[in-house]
Amino acid sequence: MSFPFLLLATLEGLVTAATLALMAIGLSLVFGVMRVVNVAHGEFFMLGAILAWAVTTAVGGHPAIGFLAALIVAPLLVGAAALASERLVLRKLHYEPEATIVATIGLLYIIQQVALTFYGPDARPVVAPFTYRVALPWFGYSGYKLAVIGFSIILLIGTWLVLTRTRAGLIMRATQYDRETAQAFGIPVDRVYAWVFALGAMLAAVAAVLIVPIQQAHYLMGHDPLLLSFIVVIIGGLGSLRGTLVAALLIGLSDGILSVFYSPTLAKIVATSLVALVLVFRPQGLFGKTAR
Amino acid sequence: MRGAISVRIVLLHVAVVAVLFLLQFVLPTYHHGVMARVMVLAVFAMGYNLLFGYTGLLSLGHAMFFCAGLYGAGLTVYHLDWAVAPAFLAGLASGLALSVGVGVLVLRTTGPAFLIVTLMFGQIFYLLTLYFAEYTRGDDGIVLSQAMRRLQFGDTVIDLTNPANRYMAAWILFSVVLFITLALVRAPFGRVLIAIRENEERTRMLGYDTFVSKLAAMVASGVICAAAGAAYALLFGYAGASFAEVHFSILPLLWVLVGGAATVLGPILGTLLMFYLVDYSNDILNAYFQGWNLSYLGVVGVALVLLILFFPKGLLGSVRERWVKWLP
Repeated sequence: MSFPFLLLATLEGLVTAATLALMAIGLSLVFGVMRVVNVAHGEFFMLGAILAWAVTTAVGGHPAIGFLAALIVAPLLVGAAALASERLVLRKLHYEPEATIVATIGLLYIIQQVALTFYGPDARPVVAPFTYRVALPWFGYSGYKLAVIGFSIILLIGTWLVLTRTRAGLIMRATQYDRETAQAFGIPVDRVYAWVFALGAMLAAVAAVLIVPIQQAHYLMGHDPLLLSFIVVIIGGLGSLRGTLVAALLIGLSDGILSVFYSPTLAKIVATSLVALVLVFRPQGLFGKTAR
Repeated sequence: MRGAISVRIVLLHVAVVAVLFLLQFVLPTYHHGVMARVMVLAVFAMGYNLLFGYTGLLSLGHAMFFCAGLYGAGLTVYHLDWAVAPAFLAGLASGLALSVGVGVLVLRTTGPAFLIVTLMFGQIFYLLTLYFAEYTRGDDGIVLSQAMRRLQFGDTVIDLTNPANRYMAAWILFSVVLFITLALVRAPFGRVLIAIRENEERTRMLGYDTFVSKLAAMVASGVICAAAGAAYALLFGYAGASFAEVHFSILPLLWVLVGGAATVLGPILGTLLMFYLVDYSNDILNAYFQGWNLSYLGVVGVALVLLILFFPKGLLGSVRERWVKWLP
């Protein structure tokens, strides 16, 4: 296990961790504020990737232009789709936990079917906006991947600031803390839910646009990231944002490192078992507080 | 006495079982085969219903119990040349062992965590079937030949590949499980499960050990699902990793929801309806929308959303609510 090898695995792990954090924060927000386990979260991710392919194909010229367009258009469209499903389905169910789980499972299959119908069963690549390679002493590393890490960190800090420093964030946190009291203080809880759901889906879509030049767009690509985000959100403590970030780093890195050195199936089995056991013995997560 | 099994309840279930018995003489070949399959899958749904419908625990990993039976029976026949009867018992034993092991762990969690942990255990099971592809042959699966699927009682040999025998075997399994479920949910044990579903805290305050009751429900559910899996392997001669995928944990949820959660006859009704709905809609949709790549999972998705929005109690749940209050 030489140093360059470990460095490569760490960098790969960081790329996974960065996008995973974006996606998991979305899932965690939706769970924290709305108490909804969104099983369709992975499909919003997939939808983002596929729309990124569609946008970059439609916009010609330099790859960077198409990519920038995708980075704006894809999350907006995904957000709109999420908003529609929230208004048409989840709201009608009054956010009842079991009913929303069943409904989001249904949404998962519907979105997959729509993607399969209009996009097809093939995996398609998206060209990276730039192909600059950073020359490290041991190997050249894709500059784009480093940019993904950087951009994700900026976005995460942005989300953090929005949640902790702005009025919108305050409203969200108030709703998360106590829905009824928030309502009594005149917070439009119903509208907050709609926007939080859309925001969560948009974060997944951004993660997908970032990942799609590295990994091709495919209609079944949402499955693994969904499981990983579940893992992250659980390890971090359901609804705890800080925990989610730490857990994303932990899981992303170990996933990157384990799958470089061991068989991916075995790595997944070990990781999933460990997480399942964490949840069993520390239901509040590693960083979460005990439920009130 | 309220809650006990009255004469009309027994008559109703005997009538259902009798109708299913008589159907085999009138059904055309294709539907005859479908019915045998539906009865086995309905056993899976009944096992799921015990946990989801009656105890109120939503599991997304039940495919692992079905597969414990599927592989428990399939692998012993395939690799160890076991006879059908002991292989079936091996399937049940695997289901028992798995459900006790998994149950003790997952029942420490509640609410959304329970759902996610069961999903993960299901995923671990699926990955294990792929990891041990040397024995399970992964996604390709193992095929049990006709010679391996003979049930022997003394000198009489029953060939389970024969459609008539297959139907009878499926019918016997279905009937036995149906009456076991009926007895369970009407017994004090079943009442405790319903109490846990309605309010676990209060049930505990009344002095019941809810953990033990939930574990018992989980084990009963797991063993019934394993029975369905073992029967599936032995009757239809195939065991593959695709049965361990997450879709196969969601299908029983759908079947139970269609038929009516927490109704004894709901699972068979739901399984039957969904089987034909998926079957026909595939044909019709693919005939009219060629090249749209429509898959049955799309139909499943639409069905789930529409059901939970407009018909959350399912068919028999609504029937019970409006007309037949005594329906178990």
